[in-house]
Amino acid sequence: MSEPVRPYTLVAELTYKCPLRCVYCSNPLDYGRHARELDTATWLRVFREAEELGVVQLNLTGGEPLVRDDLEAIISEARRLDLYTNLITSGIPLRRERLARFRELGLDNVQISIQDTVPAASDRIAGLRSFDRKLEIAGWVKELGFPLTLNTVLHRENLDRVDEVVELAERLGADRLELANAQYVGWALTNRAALLPTREQLDRARAVAGEARRRLRGRMEVLFVTPDYYAEFPKACMDGWGRRFIVITPDGLVLPCHAAHTLPGLEFDSVTTRPLDEIWGDSPGFSAFRGEAWMPEPCRSCDRRELDFGGCRCQAFHLTGNAAATDPVCGLAPDHGLIETARQAAAEARPVPLVYRSSRAPAISPSASAT
Amino acid sequence: MDALSRPRLASKARLRFDRKSSRYMLLYPERGLVLNPTAADVLQRCDGERTVGSIVEELAQKYGHEPPVVEREVMDFLQTMADRGLVRTAV
Repeated sequence: MSEPVRPYTLVAELTYKCPLRCVYCSNPLDYGRHARELDTATWLRVFREAEELGVVQLNLTGGEPLVRDDLEAIISEARRLDLYTNLITSGIPLRRERLARFRELGLDNVQISIQDTVPAASDRIAGLRSFDRKLEIAGWVKELGFPLTLNTVLHRENLDRVDEVVELAERLGADRLELANAQYVGWALTNRAALLPTREQLDRARAVAGEARRRLRGRMEVLFVTPDYYAEFPKACMDGWGRRFIVITPDGLVLPCHAAHTLPGLEFDSVTTRPLDEIWGDSPGFSAFRGEAWMPEPCRSCDRRELDFGGCRCQAFHLTGNAAATDPVCGLAPDHGLIETARQAAAEARPVPLVYRSSRAPAISPSASAT
Repeated sequence: MDALSRPRLASKARLRFDRKSSRYMLLYPERGLVLNPTAADVLQRCDGERTVGSIVEELAQKYGHEPPVVEREVMDFLQTMADRGLVRTAV
């Protein structure tokens, strides 16, 4: 059955500012060059245009969305448009009264990130003392009657404590627990040697998550996202390029994924110069990898091409230099050796210093660190 | 889930009419289900007040089906939704 192409989810990256400096941040390495931010009126217009296009889910994220002082206006308009609105936050710059106000204005869900269950380890990954504060804020979320999503990004330093993460999520009364392995693009690629787990770690953690999912069925949704370096096939990144998601950067670029503007040669439009429906329909960047015409072999004749859409374009580019290559995580990809080498390196454990997210791009480029 | 249960939507789930598909959707974090008309009829009645029994009665009347047939379908559907954490029961 063919369904009309429409976006379901708008990911609004309201700002790249953030008090945390997580070593696997999904913001682009050069986010410091996109410091300009859309004003309130433009965001509200964009939400209206998105809803017209078919968007029903709105993720308010960043950076840290709470640093914007107009979240109240943003949440009100989202509610008026009947969008399901999810605030994705570190929780750090939050006052209880402000959260209570969000509840009155109709915010649907709050997602808080916890980096680890060991305070010092959590703070180390975040680059800021933040663990205790996060637990306090998660408590407010539940007290005020919000559904709570807890998100923990997994990597070699915390993967052996997934059981403790589940326990913490239960204690906090989370409605949804995202155990999301880092995906190695952006800052996580820069830090891959420090973060990529071993297969044994991953298998153990997956088993723990599976047990928790069965035990907590009906009470807490437990999601376990495999790092695609250990998957047999690539993930259906963003459910396919330009199929369901629209990401808008703080300065207004409209993208099919968080990192699409890191791909060279693609032209993306800004909400400040064109209406959203035109951009969705025919912006060159959106059209570039929509459908199958761009696909090389082995994707082009693969019977999985409608399942994974050739994988992640950003990963393909940052590992091979060619955004139109088959995602190297695929066992059938000509460049799959790059992934095998990274896995072997992960098996030979050795301490590597972390590179923290910073508005000054790191000295090592992602492609240099990937080899 | 039995005839006396009083189902309601989980706090994270919200119904929304979708103009594009002319269907109701059940939205929850990061996900959504497009509902067929009968599923929407059931979930719209999950208000924590009505019992499963009364929902069955209303729908049997609306669709002109025998209550036992409707009951089995409603019960199966609600159990599936409860297992997914989208419907809770207040007894």
